Amino acid sequence: MIQVRNLTKRYGAFLAVDDISFDVDKGGVVGFLGPNGAGKTTTIRILSCYHPATSGSASVAGYDVFTQSMDVRRRVGYLPESTPLYPEMRVREYLHFRGKLRGMSYPERVEALRRVIERCWLSEFIHRPIGHLSKGMKQRVGLADAIMHDPAVLILDEPTIGLDPNQIRETRHLIRDLGERHTVLLSSHILHEVEQTCSRTIIIASGRIVASGSPQELRDRFSARAKVVAEMRGPEKEIEAGAKALQGVQKVDVSANNGWIRVAIDAHPDRDVREDVFRLSSSKGWALRELRREGATLEDFFVQVTAEQAQRARQER
Amino acid sequence: MGNVKTLAQRELGAYFLSPIAYAVLAMFLFSAGLAFGLGTFAPGNEASLRTLFENWIVIILAFVLPMLTMRLISDELRVGTIETLMTAPVTETEVVLGKFLGAFLFYLILIAALLLYPFLLQFFGPVDPKLLICHYIGLLLLGGLYIAVGLFFSSCSKHQVIAVLFSFTVLALMTFASQGLAQLVDAGWLRVVLQQLSVRSHFQDFVRGMLDLNHVVFFLTTTGLFLFFTVKRLEMRRWQ
Repeated sequence: MIQVRNLTKRYGAFLAVDDISFDVDKGGVVGFLGPNGAGKTTTIRILSCYHPATSGSASVAGYDVFTQSMDVRRRVGYLPESTPLYPEMRVREYLHFRGKLRGMSYPERVEALRRVIERCWLSEFIHRPIGHLSKGMKQRVGLADAIMHDPAVLILDEPTIGLDPNQIRETRHLIRDLGERHTVLLSSHILHEVEQTCSRTIIIASGRIVASGSPQELRDRFSARAKVVAEMRGPEKEIEAGAKALQGVQKVDVSANNGWIRVAIDAHPDRDVREDVFRLSSSKGWALRELRREGATLEDFFVQVTAEQAQRARQER
Repeated sequence: MGNVKTLAQRELGAYFLSPIAYAVLAMFLFSAGLAFGLGTFAPGNEASLRTLFENWIVIILAFVLPMLTMRLISDELRVGTIETLMTAPVTETEVVLGKFLGAFLFYLILIAALLLYPFLLQFFGPVDPKLLICHYIGLLLLGGLYIAVGLFFSSCSKHQVIAVLFSFTVLALMTFASQGLAQLVDAGWLRVVLQQLSVRSHFQDFVRGMLDLNHVVFFLTTTGLFLFFTVKRLEMRRWQ
């Protein structure tokens, strides 16, 4: 549904998006995750035909965003980051206006309105001026606008920013539902959100894609590099030396705690050192009270890959 | 063209919901009424609209219309609605024409209110309907040009105050100053350009009841030029 090839966007000397390529298949919710300023909004604005790219190409729903812009716009529902709306218009009037711009006839608009009023819970304030609505209500109006022409692709830029916890939960629920009918690309800097709503995640940092896959795949990739943590009683120096001598060990951190020594071991990805640690402690006669592999979270993965990319980007400059 | 109509309707609707538009309407009616009441509608004066149209309307509109046009695009830039607008299936040209048309329709309401004065005058002397039509053709062309200039400056900044100041300045230069400036310049092409740019001298013949194609062409081309600049300005924004 979305194809991006070698896309680059420069603002003067600033490189916002640096030669990225990715694909999004039909159906499902894809999370576009990255720290603030990573290039998410820039990429999304290129896909929604707001900005042209400096180089590279992108197509949405089979049409090129630059040469077939109007065809793309008719098939995309886009919710920009700050949900801009006309404050003086009433909700119903605004949705009719947006429907007309998309070439929908009056009966089509009435039907679409009935549908989005129900989906986005607009019925209580459909006749109120937009300027009088709360942030969460406006967000729902923006979302209703994005889905009212039943677009093939929905692009949502930070859709839950500024909402209260209940509204966030409702919105995520709605987005998951929408993923069953539409292809949804959702940008976020909130990891938890992506983990909850998305079937696939693309992680972007400093203008480059650093990882992509389902949340589970990403966790697995990271847990391969997981730490092994052990606690034993014995001389600190010897324990440290013994752990470092194990095969495949890359890094050892030792800390003392009430007479117990806590060892955190980073080993080579395809080596599980737990058994070796057990043998070491039993051969030396050190009591062992804990031995476990530290579960990796998507957050750890995110922090690590984005930090690595930021460092790489700094070095290149 | 359906989009132009939709956009024009929205703009016209936005005027009726905006306090600024009502203030501008009131200001316009008050100043035009003052000019008519003191300048024309007094014992001993000629019962015609000539003084009002020749001197006052041009000045009043140059001040009033930029206040109507200032928000047209700059507000979209400030609120960010330009992003939803320009990602909907509409072209820059449709947006510019729609906004121009919306403002122009509101302007029609403004000048329709002026019909009160010929109505009052006909009690004192005959009002020539052909002359009145000529006045109104002039007014339509003049208003179109002023709105196009205001629309262009509205697309240049997200601050309405900047938009209004630039429109005032340029309209004042085009309307009043260019003839004066032409006097200061030696005869030559620059002088001709300045003389030709003078909106007021182009408008004067309409007031006198002369329908000269030269002037019609002047107003239509300059209006078209400013609308074209506005489209280009919006297209440029995409690349920034």
